[in-house]
Amino acid sequence: MDLNASLFLVRPEVILSFSALALLLLAAWRSDSGRLASILAVTALFGAGAFVVDFMATGTDATAFDGLIGNDAFGNFAKLLIYFAAAISLMIAPRFLENAGAMRAEYPVLILLAAIGMGIMVSATDLVTLYIGLELNSLAAYVLASFARYDGRSAEAGLKYFVLGALASGILLFGMSLLYGFAGSTSFSAIGTALNGDISLGMIFGIVFVLSGLAFKISAAPFHMWTPDVYEGAPTPVTAFFASAPKVAASVLLIRVVIEAFGNEAMVWQQIVIVVALMSIIIGAVGAIGQQNLKRLLAYSSINNIGFILIGLAAGTEQGVAAMLVYLAIYVAMTLGSFIVLMQLKARDGSYRETFADIAGLSKTRPALAAIFAIFMFSLAGIPPLFGFWGKLVVFQAAVAANLLPLAVIGIAASVIGAFYYLKVVKVMYFDEPADVIAPADDAVLSWTGGILAITQSPLGYLAIPVLAALSAQAARALF
Amino acid sequence: MNAAALPIISIMLAIPMVAAIACLFVRAETARVLALGATLLNLLLGAWLWVSYDPAGAQWQFVESLQLFGPIGWKLGIDGISLTLIMLSVFLMPICIGASWHAIDKRVGEYMAAFLLMETLMIGVFAAQDLLLFYIFFEAGLIPMYLIIGIWGGAERIYASYKFFLYTLLGSVVMLIAMLWMIQTAGTADIPTLLNTDFPVEAQKWLWLAFFASFAVKMPMWPVHTWLPDAHVQAPTAGSVILAGVLLKMGGYGFLRFSLPMFPEASADFIPLVFGLSMVAVVYTSLVALVQSDMKKLIAYSSVAHMAIVTVGLFTFNQQGIEGAIIVMLSHGLVSGALFLCVGVIYDRLHTREISRYGGLSINMPKYALLFMLFTMASVGLPGTSGFVGEFLSLAGAYKVSTWATLIATTGIILGAGYMLYLYLRIAFGEQKNADAAAMSDIDGREMWLLAPIAAAVLWMGVYPESFLAPIRRDVATIVERIERAAPAGDSKLKANDPTTAKYRVGGHGEEKNKAEGSHH
Repeated sequence: MDLNASLFLVRPEVILSFSALALLLLAAWRSDSGRLASILAVTALFGAGAFVVDFMATGTDATAFDGLIGNDAFGNFAKLLIYFAAAISLMIAPRFLENAGAMRAEYPVLILLAAIGMGIMVSATDLVTLYIGLELNSLAAYVLASFARYDGRSAEAGLKYFVLGALASGILLFGMSLLYGFAGSTSFSAIGTALNGDISLGMIFGIVFVLSGLAFKISAAPFHMWTPDVYEGAPTPVTAFFASAPKVAASVLLIRVVIEAFGNEAMVWQQIVIVVALMSIIIGAVGAIGQQNLKRLLAYSSINNIGFILIGLAAGTEQGVAAMLVYLAIYVAMTLGSFIVLMQLKARDGSYRETFADIAGLSKTRPALAAIFAIFMFSLAGIPPLFGFWGKLVVFQAAVAANLLPLAVIGIAASVIGAFYYLKVVKVMYFDEPADVIAPADDAVLSWTGGILAITQSPLGYLAIPVLAALSAQAARALF
Repeated sequence: MNAAALPIISIMLAIPMVAAIACLFVRAETARVLALGATLLNLLLGAWLWVSYDPAGAQWQFVESLQLFGPIGWKLGIDGISLTLIMLSVFLMPICIGASWHAIDKRVGEYMAAFLLMETLMIGVFAAQDLLLFYIFFEAGLIPMYLIIGIWGGAERIYASYKFFLYTLLGSVVMLIAMLWMIQTAGTADIPTLLNTDFPVEAQKWLWLAFFASFAVKMPMWPVHTWLPDAHVQAPTAGSVILAGVLLKMGGYGFLRFSLPMFPEASADFIPLVFGLSMVAVVYTSLVALVQSDMKKLIAYSSVAHMAIVTVGLFTFNQQGIEGAIIVMLSHGLVSGALFLCVGVIYDRLHTREISRYGGLSINMPKYALLFMLFTMASVGLPGTSGFVGEFLSLAGAYKVSTWATLIATTGIILGAGYMLYLYLRIAFGEQKNADAAAMSDIDGREMWLLAPIAAAVLWMGVYPESFLAPIRRDVATIVERIERAAPAGDSKLKANDPTTAKYRVGGHGEEKNKAEGSHH
């Protein structure tokens, strides 16, 4: 395959790379051009997204650069989600970061670089490509976490993220080297062929280490410890980004590794995934109960949700993978929306608030905002008729179809624990006396994006089921 | 028969929904009028539905089917059982709105929106013909009720709202897994198809238990009833009316629609469980009701006792028992709703539910005392009121299955007479020992308009129950026919051919049955 054909298949990454480099020059030239750079970056993401849509429409399924990177419906579905989340994170950020005195033109550049990294992650068909994509995303993310560098919490978040992220990368690399050593190749398909029948202890170690490293990246329990601290410390638009795009990328990457490389050894990874899924659901639910800070609460909520997503993976079937993609799509909208609501919690003195005490009685002072937040909370809890219910339904359907009834029963019963703290948010907003600290709405971008995302979570979202089902089924089919 | 005509059920679902959204954006006065208008319009449509429902026609009428949401089919349709429960819902809704007219003065728009949303979901539950659609309607009701209790409830409202929400949610989620398994196995979520699907007997047990977890909580059956007194006491009057009037019926409807016809063998196997819990519930909650000092709590406990008679009736596997259970559900929906309204009437005046704070109200509130007496008697099951018909039929049905269960369940009627008459005695009779209670004015026109229609319906159902039995008879027969193969043998050893008992018999067994049924027509 010649270079041109390969480059053709990675058009989205190419256009994003050039845009990121161009914007970097712009940033070097004029560091106060954050807004302009953001607009240009969103445009670049839309351009890249258009290429992805084109690939999806033509049903491309090929590998480039001698099998290092793939271009299939599965990766493209994930890329659309990632670009969407990145674009939203860019749109909502400027005003917030300006208020925090941290808006610089590097912000969109870093988001773009992270998006490129994630694009590579989801299309990687080789351990080396996987690692390059993962690190490109992670390095950008470490900087983003500490983007409000004069804020102690933000700097702390960046440092924590970096140290623990480096550790996880080390674990991942160790597992990858074991796999390479025992399988003799870094390509997923070659590993998949080697991992068949009797496998050696070294290979099992390799699988466990790789899964552990990836579990860290999706912040699944028991590798979730960094999440609340990083989510709390990072500037809220960055947290919104962390909770959405990288989750998609890492989950999708995990699916691809598990299905393509470890697919023949379901006995080895399935029990790990089941344990991790249940632990994430329970720890995510129980850990959130005592939280006073809403960002920490949403951090635990993301751990909880990853648990539900992993139930689809535990099923290990095409249906399960499609269910995970549906859940991820819904999850991205829910979680971005929740953080957009948090970003609107601005007190009259211009400071941003993020605790329960600040949203007390919000339904009286900001009824629309409270209603939108309540929609997201009920949706995250998976209560019908909100759209979050559909995500839970499809993953549990996949688990039931794969005959994992105990897992389904325990998982869904544990979701009731989670409902408790989502209800607490609604209770504080609707039942408590108003604290009246939140100023009236003043940011049209946030109001509109939050409102539109809330509509997608309302029962109207169910109208999207046929489209979502078709796309996710097509994507999952590409993997099997 | 009306399939080609207007999608009447969708319209009945849409009217309150649209009105609910509109209520959020208008002033309090407008919201009240809008809500009342929408519910009255739905009542009219419901009446039209009742009139044009053909008891001899197809089993499922007014059927609608659209594949709007991928795997979730927008499938609606009603049989006679659904029809009566939908009628109950649309009948109680305008009364609820009227009961909240002055009692709710904060956040009126949101309150009306929550109630209207509730109406949509209730009708949806009873009309859904797709398993997942049913589940969505069934579960979605938690959100508006949570808000109704939590925002407009009493002092302990937050605890009660949490308890209500989490209890019911925990009961229901396991049912969802069972539903997914059924859809997986049967390959369809279509309820009419599933009604005639035979699941393996071993699987039926698990499925039955999963459904039982949900419906027993919703019903509520002892010992998972504890959320109900809390929710009732804290909810605003109209919230209690709709909770006791319709939401509890969803449990009974679930047993009738799903547990019995879909898992007949398992239902038969679990009869001892159901009867056992029901017997405990009847005696235990009646005794608890006897010692309550809070009026709402007393009526809440009496609801649990009445619902236990419903479960006994449902699991008799015979026509009388099931018909009786449905009539008890309808009757209890009306009577307990009316009793909560009666409590609301005096609560609005004195702002206490303590029984001891009242007394001698028949002197200063004669009209109120009369209506309250009627509903008390209906709750006790006095012949001529709706309560008698249902309780008699369901206990007569139960007698064919278990003499002991019937004996113990019947004590519920005696105990019921005890606690209800004792309540009435302390409220309406005796000395007027509290000056403020003695100064209360009698019910006004609005309150009369709320209570009088229910009183009329209670008497109608008591005197001429055929109006309500006619639409359900054929559908109950369908269910009985479906579950006949698993029907339990009765414990009464009838000596039909024993010559020594011949002199006590009037006719054959079949004739007795006809008589028992015919005596109420």
